[in-house]
Amino acid sequence: MTISGRVIKVSDNISTDHIIPGRYFHLRSDLEKLSEHALEDVVENFHEKAKGGVILVGGSNFGIGSSREHAPIVLKMSGVKAVVAKSFARIFFRNAINIGLPVIMVDTSKILEGDEITIDLEKGVLREKRNSYKLNFPPLDIRIQSIIDEGGIVNYIKKHGDISFEV
Amino acid sequence: MAKTMVQKIFERKTESDVSPGMMIIVPVDLVYVQDGTGPLSFRQFEKLEKKSLAFPENTAIFLDHAAPSPRKELSNDHIYLRTMASKLGCKLYDIGDGVCHQIAIESLVRPFDIVVGADSHTCTGGALGAFATGMGSTDIAVSMGLGKNWFRIPESILIKLTGKMPKYITGKDIIISIVKHFGSNGASYQALEFSGDVENIPIHDRLTISNMAIECGAKVGIFPSDEVTREFLEKNNRFEDFKELNPDLDAEYIDRLEFKLEEIEPMVSVPHYVHTARRAKNLKDIKINQVFLGSCTNGRLEDLRMAAKLLRGKKVAKGVRLIVVPASRKVYLDALKEGIIEILVDAGASIMAPGCGPCVGVHEGILGDNEVALATSNRNFHGRMGNPDSYIYLSSPLTAAASAITGYITDPREFDI
Repeated sequence: MTISGRVIKVSDNISTDHIIPGRYFHLRSDLEKLSEHALEDVVENFHEKAKGGVILVGGSNFGIGSSREHAPIVLKMSGVKAVVAKSFARIFFRNAINIGLPVIMVDTSKILEGDEITIDLEKGVLREKRNSYKLNFPPLDIRIQSIIDEGGIVNYIKKHGDISFEV
Repeated sequence: MAKTMVQKIFERKTESDVSPGMMIIVPVDLVYVQDGTGPLSFRQFEKLEKKSLAFPENTAIFLDHAAPSPRKELSNDHIYLRTMASKLGCKLYDIGDGVCHQIAIESLVRPFDIVVGADSHTCTGGALGAFATGMGSTDIAVSMGLGKNWFRIPESILIKLTGKMPKYITGKDIIISIVKHFGSNGASYQALEFSGDVENIPIHDRLTISNMAIECGAKVGIFPSDEVTREFLEKNNRFEDFKELNPDLDAEYIDRLEFKLEEIEPMVSVPHYVHTARRAKNLKDIKINQVFLGSCTNGRLEDLRMAAKLLRGKKVAKGVRLIVVPASRKVYLDALKEGIIEILVDAGASIMAPGCGPCVGVHEGILGDNEVALATSNRNFHGRMGNPDSYIYLSSPLTAAASAITGYITDPREFDI
Protein backbone atom coordinates (compact mmCIF):
# COMPACT_ATOMS: atom_id res chain seq x y z
CA MET A 1 0.00 0.00 0.00
CA THR A 2 1.39 3.42 -0.94
CA ILE A 3 0.16 6.77 0.31
CA SER A 4 0.93 10.14 -1.28
CA GLY A 5 0.22 13.64 -0.15
CA ARG A 6 1.31 17.10 0.75
CA VAL A 7 2.96 17.59 4.14
CA ILE A 8 1.56 19.63 6.99
CA LYS A 9 4.32 19.83 9.58
CA VAL A 10 3.88 20.33 13.31
CA SER A 11 6.26 20.36 16.28
CA ASP A 12 7.31 17.87 19.00
CA ASN A 13 4.89 16.81 21.73
CA ILE A 14 1.62 17.46 19.90
CA SER A 15 -0.92 16.51 22.57
CA THR A 16 -4.42 15.14 22.33
CA ASP A 17 -5.47 18.47 23.88
CA HIS A 18 -3.99 20.13 20.79
CA ILE A 19 -5.77 17.70 18.45
CA ILE A 20 -9.17 18.01 20.15
CA PRO A 21 -9.25 20.78 22.72
CA GLY A 22 -11.29 20.06 25.86
CA ARG A 23 -13.59 22.97 25.10
CA TYR A 24 -15.15 20.82 22.35
CA PHE A 25 -15.76 17.89 24.72
CA HIS A 26 -19.51 18.14 24.08
CA LEU A 27 -19.00 17.37 20.38
CA ARG A 28 -17.54 13.91 20.93
CA SER A 29 -20.70 12.20 19.76
CA ASP A 30 -20.75 14.41 16.64
CA LEU A 31 -17.44 13.50 15.05
CA GLU A 32 -18.14 15.48 11.82
CA LYS A 33 -18.50 18.67 13.79
CA LEU A 34 -15.64 17.79 16.14
CA SER A 35 -13.32 17.26 13.17
CA GLU A 36 -13.84 20.89 12.13
CA HIS A 37 -11.86 21.85 15.22
CA ALA A 38 -9.01 19.36 14.85
CA LEU A 39 -5.60 20.92 15.61
CA GLU A 40 -7.08 24.42 15.41
CA ASP A 41 -4.87 25.76 18.21
CA VAL A 42 -1.74 24.57 16.37
CA VAL A 43 -2.34 25.02 12.60
CA GLU A 44 -4.53 27.89 11.48
CA ASN A 45 -7.43 26.60 9.35
CA PHE A 46 -6.19 23.03 9.64
CA HIS A 47 -9.61 21.71 8.70
CA GLU A 48 -9.57 23.62 5.38
CA LYS A 49 -5.91 22.84 4.68
CA ALA A 50 -6.28 19.11 5.25
CA LYS A 51 -9.28 18.67 2.95
CA GLY A 52 -8.53 16.43 0.02
CA GLY A 53 -5.78 14.52 1.77
CA VAL A 54 -2.52 15.41 3.50
CA ILE A 55 0.24 13.68 5.42
CA LEU A 56 0.71 15.03 8.91
CA VAL A 57 4.36 15.12 10.00
CA GLY A 58 5.30 15.68 13.63
CA GLY A 59 8.42 15.51 15.75
CA SER A 60 8.89 13.33 18.80
CA ASN A 61 6.14 11.96 21.03
CA PHE A 62 3.22 12.71 18.71
CA GLY A 63 -0.16 12.23 20.41
CA ILE A 64 0.98 12.66 24.01
CA GLY A 65 -1.78 12.73 26.59
CA SER A 66 -5.30 11.44 26.80
CA SER A 67 -6.64 8.08 25.67
CA ARG A 68 -9.27 9.90 23.61
CA GLU A 69 -9.44 7.93 20.37
CA HIS A 70 -11.42 10.82 18.92
CA ALA A 71 -8.00 12.39 18.26
CA PRO A 72 -6.82 10.02 15.49
CA ILE A 73 -10.43 9.73 14.26
CA VAL A 74 -10.83 13.46 13.64
CA LEU A 75 -7.42 13.61 11.97
CA LYS A 76 -8.48 10.82 9.62
CA MET A 77 -11.86 12.45 8.99
CA SER A 78 -10.16 15.78 8.26
CA GLY A 79 -8.18 14.20 5.44
CA VAL A 80 -5.00 13.01 7.15
CA LYS A 81 -3.90 9.88 5.24
CA ALA A 82 -0.98 9.02 7.54
CA VAL A 83 0.89 10.47 10.48
CA VAL A 84 4.68 10.44 10.31
CA ALA A 85 6.69 11.25 13.45
CA LYS A 86 10.01 10.58 15.16
CA SER A 87 8.10 8.81 17.92
CA PHE A 88 4.52 8.37 19.08
CA ALA A 89 2.81 8.36 22.43
CA ARG A 90 1.80 4.78 23.14
CA ILE A 91 -1.98 5.10 23.38
CA PHE A 92 -2.24 7.34 20.30
CA PHE A 93 -0.19 4.85 18.27
CA ARG A 94 -2.44 1.95 19.19
CA ASN A 95 -5.62 3.99 18.69
CA ALA A 96 -4.48 5.01 15.21
CA ILE A 97 -3.91 1.38 14.24
CA ASN A 98 -7.25 0.33 15.68
CA ILE A 99 -9.07 2.84 13.47
CA GLY A 100 -6.93 2.09 10.40
CA LEU A 101 -4.81 5.27 10.30
CA PRO A 102 -1.23 4.46 9.26
CA VAL A 103 1.42 5.73 11.70
CA ILE A 104 5.04 5.79 10.55
CA MET A 105 8.07 6.21 12.78
CA VAL A 106 11.03 7.84 11.05
CA ASP A 107 13.40 10.78 11.63
CA THR A 108 11.31 13.68 10.31
CA SER A 109 13.99 16.41 10.49
CA LYS A 110 14.41 16.58 6.68
CA ILE A 111 10.71 16.70 5.88
CA LEU A 112 9.40 20.22 5.31
CA GLU A 113 5.99 21.83 5.24
CA GLY A 114 4.50 21.60 1.76
CA ASP A 115 6.73 18.71 0.56
CA GLU A 116 4.98 16.16 -1.62
CA ILE A 117 5.81 12.71 -0.27
CA THR A 118 5.01 9.11 -1.08
CA ILE A 119 5.11 6.34 1.53
CA ASP A 120 5.40 2.66 0.68
CA LEU A 121 4.14 0.90 3.82
CA GLU A 122 5.27 -2.61 2.88
CA LYS A 123 8.76 -1.63 1.74
CA GLY A 124 9.22 0.89 4.55
CA VAL A 125 10.29 3.74 2.28
CA LEU A 126 9.28 7.41 2.37
CA ARG A 127 10.28 9.52 -0.65
CA GLU A 128 10.04 13.20 -1.50
CA LYS A 129 8.60 13.80 -5.00
CA ARG A 130 11.82 15.10 -6.62
CA ASN A 131 13.91 12.52 -4.79
CA SER A 132 15.62 15.17 -2.67
CA TYR A 133 15.43 12.68 0.18
CA LYS A 134 14.49 9.08 0.74
CA LEU A 135 13.93 7.75 4.26
CA ASN A 136 13.73 4.14 5.34
CA PHE A 137 11.64 2.97 8.24
CA PRO A 138 11.02 -0.49 9.68
CA PRO A 139 7.69 -1.75 8.30
CA LEU A 140 5.00 -2.36 10.91
CA ASP A 141 4.73 -5.73 12.58
CA ILE A 142 2.80 -7.94 10.16
CA ARG A 143 0.14 -8.63 12.80
CA ILE A 144 -0.40 -4.91 13.29
CA GLN A 145 -0.37 -4.30 9.53
CA SER A 146 -3.11 -6.91 9.13
CA ILE A 147 -5.33 -4.81 11.46
CA ILE A 148 -4.71 -1.68 9.36
CA ASP A 149 -5.36 -3.67 6.16
CA GLU A 150 -8.82 -4.62 7.44
CA GLY A 151 -9.55 -0.93 8.12
CA GLY A 152 -9.23 -1.31 11.88
CA ILE A 153 -9.71 -3.78 14.72
CA VAL A 154 -13.54 -3.78 14.62
CA ASN A 155 -13.58 -4.94 11.00
CA TYR A 156 -10.80 -7.37 11.78
CA ILE A 157 -12.78 -9.02 14.58
CA LYS A 158 -16.00 -9.04 12.56
CA LYS A 159 -14.16 -10.85 9.78
CA HIS A 160 -12.17 -13.28 11.94
CA GLY A 161 -14.58 -13.57 14.88
CA ASP A 162 -11.76 -13.08 17.37
CA ILE A 163 -8.35 -11.52 17.88
CA SER A 164 -5.51 -13.76 17.05
CA PHE A 165 -1.86 -13.38 16.25
CA GLU A 166 -1.95 -16.11 13.64
CA VAL A 167 -1.70 -14.47 10.22
CA MET B 1 14.53 -17.26 36.47
CA ALA B 2 14.10 -14.05 38.45
CA LYS B 3 10.99 -12.07 37.53
CA THR B 4 9.83 -8.47 37.49
CA MET B 5 6.39 -7.58 38.85
CA VAL B 6 5.08 -7.20 35.28
CA GLN B 7 6.24 -10.73 34.42
CA LYS B 8 4.67 -12.15 37.57
CA ILE B 9 1.30 -10.56 36.82
CA PHE B 10 1.17 -11.80 33.22
CA GLU B 11 2.56 -15.24 34.06
CA ARG B 12 -0.20 -15.78 36.59
CA LYS B 13 -2.65 -15.31 33.72
CA THR B 14 -0.85 -17.27 31.02
CA GLU B 15 0.65 -19.95 33.27
CA SER B 16 3.79 -19.74 31.16
CA ASP B 17 6.98 -17.67 30.97
CA VAL B 18 6.69 -14.22 29.48
CA SER B 19 9.46 -11.82 28.55
CA PRO B 20 9.54 -8.18 27.40
CA GLY B 21 8.63 -7.66 23.76
CA MET B 22 6.31 -10.66 23.57
CA MET B 23 2.85 -10.01 22.17
CA ILE B 24 0.25 -12.00 24.05
CA ILE B 25 -3.51 -12.19 24.33
CA VAL B 26 -4.78 -12.43 27.91
CA PRO B 27 -8.10 -12.11 29.74
CA VAL B 28 -8.64 -8.84 31.57
CA ASP B 29 -10.01 -8.54 35.12
CA LEU B 30 -11.61 -5.11 34.95
CA VAL B 31 -12.68 -2.86 32.07
CA TYR B 32 -13.97 0.66 32.47
CA VAL B 33 -14.95 3.79 30.60
CA GLN B 34 -15.84 7.35 31.53
CA ASP B 35 -18.35 9.70 29.92
CA GLY B 36 -15.78 11.23 27.56
CA THR B 37 -14.62 7.99 26.00
CA GLY B 38 -17.56 5.72 26.91
CA PRO B 39 -20.07 6.67 24.20
CA LEU B 40 -17.54 5.85 21.45
CA SER B 41 -16.58 2.62 23.24
CA PHE B 42 -20.17 1.41 23.34
CA ARG B 43 -20.82 2.45 19.74
CA GLN B 44 -17.77 0.41 18.72
CA PHE B 45 -18.97 -2.43 20.95
CA GLU B 46 -22.32 -2.35 19.12
CA LYS B 47 -20.45 -2.56 15.79
CA LEU B 48 -18.76 -5.75 16.99
CA GLU B 49 -22.25 -7.30 16.97
CA LYS B 50 -21.66 -9.13 20.24
CA LYS B 51 -24.95 -9.64 22.05
CA SER B 52 -23.52 -9.33 25.54
CA LEU B 53 -20.52 -8.16 27.50
CA ALA B 54 -17.94 -10.86 28.21
CA PHE B 55 -17.85 -9.94 31.93
CA PRO B 56 -20.69 -7.53 32.78
CA GLU B 57 -19.84 -7.75 36.49
CA ASN B 58 -16.29 -6.58 35.72
CA THR B 59 -17.29 -3.80 33.34
CA ALA B 60 -17.94 -0.33 34.72
CA ILE B 61 -19.18 3.02 33.42
CA PHE B 62 -18.34 6.24 35.28
CA LEU B 63 -20.09 9.55 34.64
CA ASP B 64 -17.37 11.82 35.97
CA HIS B 65 -15.91 14.12 33.33
CA ALA B 66 -19.01 16.27 32.85
CA ALA B 67 -20.74 15.74 36.16
CA PRO B 68 -23.21 17.35 36.60
CA SER B 69 -23.60 17.91 32.89
CA PRO B 70 -23.05 21.49 31.67
CA ARG B 71 -24.57 20.92 28.20
CA LYS B 72 -27.42 19.03 26.56
CA GLU B 73 -25.06 17.12 24.25
CA LEU B 74 -23.28 15.67 27.27
CA SER B 75 -26.57 14.98 29.05
CA ASN B 76 -27.56 12.96 25.98
CA ASP B 77 -24.27 11.03 26.16
CA HIS B 78 -25.12 10.29 29.80
CA ILE B 79 -28.57 9.01 28.79
CA TYR B 80 -26.94 6.71 26.22
CA LEU B 81 -24.46 5.33 28.77
CA ARG B 82 -27.16 4.76 31.40
CA THR B 83 -29.23 2.94 28.78
CA MET B 84 -26.29 0.73 27.84
CA ALA B 85 -25.58 -0.04 31.51
CA SER B 86 -29.11 -1.21 32.14
CA LYS B 87 -29.34 -3.11 28.84
CA LEU B 88 -26.02 -4.91 29.30
CA GLY B 89 -26.07 -5.25 33.08
CA CYS B 90 -22.71 -3.65 33.86
CA LYS B 91 -21.85 -1.39 36.78
CA LEU B 92 -22.82 2.28 36.54
CA TYR B 93 -21.42 5.01 38.75
CA ASP B 94 -23.56 8.07 38.19
CA ILE B 95 -23.00 11.80 38.64
CA GLY B 96 -21.63 12.66 42.07
CA ASP B 97 -20.11 9.26 42.76
CA GLY B 98 -16.68 10.49 41.77
CA VAL B 99 -13.69 10.05 39.47
CA CYS B 100 -13.37 6.63 37.81
CA HIS B 101 -9.82 5.92 39.02
CA GLN B 102 -10.61 6.84 42.62
CA ILE B 103 -13.68 4.59 42.78
CA ALA B 104 -11.75 1.86 40.97
CA ILE B 105 -9.03 1.83 43.63
CA GLU B 106 -11.54 2.13 46.50
CA SER B 107 -13.67 -0.79 45.33
CA LEU B 108 -12.56 -2.68 42.25
CA VAL B 109 -8.81 -2.96 41.54
CA ARG B 110 -6.89 -5.84 43.16
CA PRO B 111 -3.21 -6.78 43.24
CA PHE B 112 -2.29 -8.97 40.20
CA ASP B 113 -5.30 -7.72 38.23
CA ILE B 114 -5.03 -6.72 34.59
CA VAL B 115 -7.06 -3.54 34.36
CA VAL B 116 -7.85 -1.60 31.19
CA GLY B 117 -9.69 1.70 31.11
CA ALA B 118 -10.62 4.16 28.40
CA ASP B 119 -8.75 6.88 30.22
CA SER B 120 -5.02 7.41 30.18
CA HIS B 121 -4.77 7.69 33.98
CA THR B 122 -6.05 4.15 34.48
CA CYS B 123 -2.42 3.50 35.45
CA THR B 124 -3.38 4.79 38.93
CA GLY B 125 -4.26 1.17 39.77
CA GLY B 126 -0.57 0.27 39.59
CA ALA B 127 -0.26 1.63 43.13
CA LEU B 128 -2.18 -1.46 44.31
CA GLY B 129 0.05 -3.89 42.44
CA ALA B 130 -2.18 -4.23 39.37
CA PHE B 131 -1.15 -4.05 35.72
CA ALA B 132 -3.44 -1.11 35.00
CA THR B 133 -3.20 0.81 31.76
CA GLY B 134 -5.12 3.27 29.62
CA MET B 135 -6.42 2.43 26.15
CA GLY B 136 -8.65 4.01 23.53
CA SER B 137 -12.37 3.45 23.08
CA THR B 138 -12.09 0.72 20.45
CA ASP B 139 -9.58 -1.29 22.47
CA ILE B 140 -11.96 -1.05 25.40
CA ALA B 141 -14.86 -2.15 23.19
CA VAL B 142 -12.79 -5.20 22.18
CA SER B 143 -12.00 -5.90 25.84
CA MET B 144 -15.67 -5.59 26.78
CA GLY B 145 -16.81 -7.83 23.96
CA LEU B 146 -14.14 -10.53 24.12
CA GLY B 147 -13.09 -10.29 27.77
CA LYS B 148 -9.47 -10.17 26.63
CA ASN B 149 -7.06 -8.07 24.62
CA TRP B 150 -3.56 -8.13 23.23
CA PHE B 151 -0.60 -6.72 25.10
CA ARG B 152 3.04 -6.25 24.29
CA ILE B 153 4.91 -7.16 27.49
CA PRO B 154 6.79 -3.97 28.35
CA GLU B 155 10.40 -3.76 29.47
CA SER B 156 10.63 -2.65 33.10
CA ILE B 157 12.62 0.21 34.61
CA LEU B 158 13.42 -0.14 38.31
CA ILE B 159 12.97 3.06 40.28
CA LYS B 160 14.38 2.82 43.79
CA LEU B 161 12.88 5.35 46.15
CA THR B 162 15.20 5.41 49.14
CA GLY B 163 15.12 7.01 52.57
CA LYS B 164 12.23 8.75 54.29
CA MET B 165 9.82 11.31 52.92
CA PRO B 166 10.62 14.70 54.44
CA LYS B 167 7.80 16.81 55.90
CA TYR B 168 6.18 18.98 53.17
CA ILE B 169 7.20 16.51 50.45
CA THR B 170 4.43 14.50 48.79
CA GLY B 171 4.00 11.88 46.10
CA LYS B 172 3.35 14.72 43.65
CA ASP B 173 6.82 16.19 44.21
CA ILE B 174 8.34 12.74 43.72
CA ILE B 175 6.53 11.99 40.46
CA ILE B 176 7.12 15.47 39.00
CA SER B 177 10.84 14.92 39.75
CA ILE B 178 10.69 11.53 38.00
CA VAL B 179 8.84 12.91 34.95
CA LYS B 180 11.34 15.80 34.75
CA HIS B 181 14.15 13.23 34.71
CA PHE B 182 12.62 11.14 31.91
CA GLY B 183 11.04 13.90 29.84
CA SER B 184 7.62 13.43 28.26
CA ASN B 185 8.51 10.14 26.55
CA GLY B 186 11.62 8.80 28.27
CA ALA B 187 9.72 5.74 29.50
CA SER B 188 7.40 5.23 26.51
CA TYR B 189 6.06 1.70 26.10
CA GLN B 190 7.82 0.68 29.34
CA ALA B 191 6.77 -0.13 32.88
CA LEU B 192 8.03 1.73 35.92
CA GLU B 193 8.48 -0.61 38.88
CA PHE B 194 8.89 1.19 42.20
CA SER B 195 11.07 -0.33 44.84
CA GLY B 196 13.45 0.65 47.66
CA ASP B 197 12.06 1.96 50.94
CA VAL B 198 8.49 1.92 49.66
CA GLU B 199 7.20 0.97 53.10
CA ASN B 200 7.81 4.68 53.89
CA ILE B 201 5.47 5.81 51.13
CA PRO B 202 1.80 5.92 52.12
CA ILE B 203 -0.84 4.64 49.73
CA HIS B 204 -2.20 8.07 48.78
CA ASP B 205 1.28 9.13 47.63
CA ARG B 206 1.75 5.85 45.76
CA LEU B 207 -1.54 6.49 43.96
CA THR B 208 -0.37 9.95 42.87
CA ILE B 209 2.93 8.52 41.65
CA SER B 210 1.30 5.69 39.67
CA ASN B 211 -1.35 8.07 38.32
CA MET B 212 1.30 10.21 36.62
CA ALA B 213 3.52 7.38 35.33
CA ILE B 214 1.88 8.04 31.93
CA GLU B 215 3.32 11.58 31.95
CA CYS B 216 6.76 10.22 31.05
CA GLY B 217 5.13 7.80 28.61
CA ALA B 218 5.06 4.72 30.85
CA LYS B 219 2.45 2.05 30.25
CA VAL B 220 2.07 1.44 33.97
CA GLY B 221 3.73 2.43 37.28
CA ILE B 222 3.61 -0.51 39.67
CA PHE B 223 4.22 -0.62 43.41
CA PRO B 224 4.72 -3.86 45.31
CA SER B 225 1.62 -5.09 47.08
CA ASP B 226 2.76 -5.09 50.71
CA GLU B 227 1.54 -4.33 54.24
CA VAL B 228 0.66 -0.76 53.20
CA THR B 229 -1.52 -2.18 50.40
CA ARG B 230 -3.10 -4.70 52.77
CA GLU B 231 -3.97 -1.95 55.25
CA PHE B 232 -5.60 0.12 52.50
CA LEU B 233 -7.69 -2.78 51.22
CA GLU B 234 -8.76 -3.72 54.75
CA LYS B 235 -9.73 -0.12 55.49
CA ASN B 236 -12.05 -0.39 52.48
CA ASN B 237 -13.49 -3.69 53.77
CA ARG B 238 -11.70 -5.70 51.10
CA PHE B 239 -9.99 -8.32 53.25
CA GLU B 240 -10.16 -10.98 50.53
CA ASP B 241 -8.54 -8.87 47.83
CA PHE B 242 -5.00 -8.73 49.21
CA LYS B 243 -2.27 -10.75 47.55
CA GLU B 244 1.43 -10.09 48.00
CA LEU B 245 3.41 -8.96 44.94
CA ASN B 246 7.14 -8.33 44.90
CA PRO B 247 9.78 -8.42 42.19
CA ASP B 248 12.54 -11.00 42.56
CA LEU B 249 15.77 -9.44 43.79
CA ASP B 250 17.78 -10.16 40.66
CA ALA B 251 15.03 -9.57 38.11
CA GLU B 252 16.15 -8.03 34.82
CA TYR B 253 15.51 -4.35 34.25
CA ILE B 254 16.50 -2.25 31.25
CA ASP B 255 17.41 0.59 33.57
CA ARG B 256 17.80 1.18 37.31
CA LEU B 257 17.46 4.57 38.91
CA GLU B 258 17.56 5.81 42.46
CA PHE B 259 15.73 8.82 43.84
CA LYS B 260 16.70 9.82 47.39
CA LEU B 261 13.53 11.00 49.06
CA GLU B 262 15.45 13.39 51.35
CA GLU B 263 16.66 15.27 48.27
CA ILE B 264 13.21 15.86 46.73
CA GLU B 265 11.94 19.43 46.92
CA PRO B 266 8.46 20.91 46.38
CA MET B 267 8.17 20.84 42.57
CA VAL B 268 5.98 22.66 40.06
CA SER B 269 5.37 21.79 36.39
CA VAL B 270 5.39 24.99 34.34
CA PRO B 271 3.35 25.59 31.14
CA HIS B 272 2.75 23.76 28.88
CA TYR B 273 4.24 20.35 29.76
CA VAL B 274 4.48 18.19 32.86
CA HIS B 275 8.18 17.46 32.34
CA THR B 276 9.10 21.14 32.23
CA ALA B 277 9.33 21.45 36.00
CA ARG B 278 11.08 23.71 38.50
CA ARG B 279 11.41 24.07 42.23
CA ALA B 280 8.46 25.91 43.80
CA LYS B 281 10.84 28.25 45.64
CA ASN B 282 12.18 29.54 42.31
CA LEU B 283 8.73 30.54 41.00
CA LYS B 284 7.65 33.00 43.67
CA ASP B 285 7.05 35.81 41.18
CA ILE B 286 4.31 33.88 39.39
CA LYS B 287 0.96 35.46 40.29
CA ILE B 288 -2.00 33.10 40.19
CA ASN B 289 -5.72 33.60 39.59
CA GLN B 290 -7.07 30.16 40.39
CA VAL B 291 -6.14 27.16 42.50
CA PHE B 292 -7.68 23.79 41.71
CA LEU B 293 -7.43 21.21 44.46
CA GLY B 294 -8.78 17.89 43.24
CA SER B 295 -8.66 15.32 40.40
CA CYS B 296 -7.69 11.65 40.23
CA THR B 297 -4.14 12.74 41.07
CA ASN B 298 -4.71 14.73 44.24
CA GLY B 299 -8.35 14.88 45.24
CA ARG B 300 -8.11 12.27 48.01
CA LEU B 301 -8.88 12.73 51.70
CA GLU B 302 -5.19 13.04 52.62
CA ASP B 303 -4.77 15.74 49.95
CA LEU B 304 -7.70 17.79 51.23
CA ARG B 305 -6.50 17.22 54.79
CA MET B 306 -3.00 18.55 54.12
CA ALA B 307 -4.38 21.61 52.31
CA ALA B 308 -6.76 22.24 55.22
CA LYS B 309 -3.89 22.03 57.71
CA LEU B 310 -2.26 24.92 55.94
CA LEU B 311 -5.45 26.90 55.29
CA ARG B 312 -6.96 26.55 58.78
CA GLY B 313 -7.85 30.01 60.13
CA LYS B 314 -6.43 31.70 57.02
CA LYS B 315 -8.04 33.25 53.94
CA VAL B 316 -7.37 32.75 50.27
CA ALA B 317 -5.62 35.83 48.78
CA LYS B 318 -7.85 38.50 47.30
CA GLY B 319 -8.52 37.81 43.63
CA VAL B 320 -7.67 34.10 43.87
CA ARG B 321 -10.38 31.46 43.36
CA LEU B 322 -9.92 28.20 45.22
CA ILE B 323 -11.89 25.35 43.65
CA VAL B 324 -12.03 22.08 45.56
CA VAL B 325 -13.32 18.85 44.02
CA PRO B 326 -13.27 15.75 46.25
CA ALA B 327 -12.29 12.71 44.18
CA SER B 328 -15.23 10.57 45.30
CA ARG B 329 -18.39 10.55 47.37
CA LYS B 330 -16.50 8.64 50.07
CA VAL B 331 -13.73 11.25 50.10
CA TYR B 332 -16.36 14.02 50.32
CA LEU B 333 -18.19 12.38 53.22
CA ASP B 334 -14.99 11.62 55.12
CA ALA B 335 -13.81 15.21 54.62
CA LEU B 336 -17.16 16.51 55.88
CA LYS B 337 -17.04 14.30 58.98
CA GLU B 338 -13.49 15.37 59.72
CA GLY B 339 -14.31 19.08 59.46
CA ILE B 340 -11.97 19.54 56.50
CA ILE B 341 -14.66 20.94 54.22
CA GLU B 342 -15.61 23.56 56.82
CA ILE B 343 -11.99 24.75 57.07
CA LEU B 344 -11.68 24.97 53.28
CA VAL B 345 -14.99 26.82 52.82
CA ASP B 346 -14.14 29.17 55.65
CA ALA B 347 -10.83 29.96 53.90
CA GLY B 348 -12.77 30.89 50.75
CA ALA B 349 -13.03 27.65 48.76
CA SER B 350 -15.85 26.70 46.38
CA ILE B 351 -16.61 22.99 46.74
CA MET B 352 -17.81 21.09 43.66
CA ALA B 353 -19.48 17.70 43.33
CA PRO B 354 -17.03 14.76 43.12
CA GLY B 355 -15.81 14.36 39.55
CA CYS B 356 -13.14 15.54 37.15
CA GLY B 357 -14.31 19.16 37.06
CA PRO B 358 -11.79 21.73 35.90
CA CYS B 359 -9.00 19.27 34.96
CA VAL B 360 -10.26 18.64 31.42
CA GLY B 361 -11.64 22.09 30.62
CA VAL B 362 -15.24 20.97 30.27
CA HIS B 363 -16.77 23.10 33.02
CA GLU B 364 -16.33 24.38 36.59
CA GLY B 365 -13.41 26.77 36.47
CA ILE B 366 -12.59 27.50 32.84
CA LEU B 367 -9.78 30.03 32.82
CA GLY B 368 -10.10 33.49 31.28
CA ASP B 369 -7.63 34.95 28.77
CA ASN B 370 -4.09 35.19 30.15
CA GLU B 371 -5.16 33.75 33.50
CA VAL B 372 -2.87 31.51 35.52
CA ALA B 373 -3.94 28.42 37.42
CA LEU B 374 -2.09 26.29 39.91
CA ALA B 375 -3.69 22.85 39.85
CA THR B 376 -3.09 19.58 41.69
CA SER B 377 -4.18 17.63 38.59
CA ASN B 378 -1.85 15.79 36.23
CA ARG B 379 -1.65 17.76 32.98
CA ASN B 380 -0.92 21.35 32.04
CA PHE B 381 -1.04 20.99 28.26
CA HIS B 382 -1.89 23.96 26.09
CA GLY B 383 -5.62 24.62 26.40
CA ARG B 384 -6.16 21.80 28.88
CA MET B 385 -8.35 23.79 31.27
CA GLY B 386 -10.59 25.12 28.49
CA ASN B 387 -8.66 28.12 27.18
CA PRO B 388 -5.57 28.03 24.93
CA ASP B 389 -4.76 31.58 26.07
CA SER B 390 -4.18 30.60 29.68
CA TYR B 391 -1.38 29.05 31.74
CA ILE B 392 -1.44 26.00 34.00
CA TYR B 393 1.10 25.10 36.66
CA LEU B 394 0.93 21.78 38.55
CA SER B 395 1.88 21.15 42.16
CA SER B 396 1.16 19.22 45.33
CA PRO B 397 -1.85 20.10 47.50
CA LEU B 398 0.51 21.72 50.05
CA THR B 399 2.12 23.99 47.48
CA ALA B 400 -1.35 24.75 46.07
CA ALA B 401 -2.68 25.71 49.52
CA ALA B 402 0.36 27.86 50.34
CA SER B 403 0.01 29.61 46.99
CA ALA B 404 -3.73 30.16 47.48
CA ILE B 405 -2.90 32.10 50.66
CA THR B 406 -0.19 34.31 49.16
CA GLY B 407 -1.60 34.67 45.64
CA TYR B 408 1.81 33.70 44.19
CA ILE B 409 3.45 30.31 43.70
CA THR B 410 4.82 29.58 47.15
CA ASP B 411 7.03 26.90 48.65
CA PRO B 412 4.90 25.37 51.42
CA ARG B 413 7.94 25.19 53.70
CA GLU B 414 7.36 28.91 54.31
CA PHE B 415 4.33 27.93 56.39
CA ASP B 416 4.10 25.96 59.64
CA ILE B 417 1.94 22.88 59.64
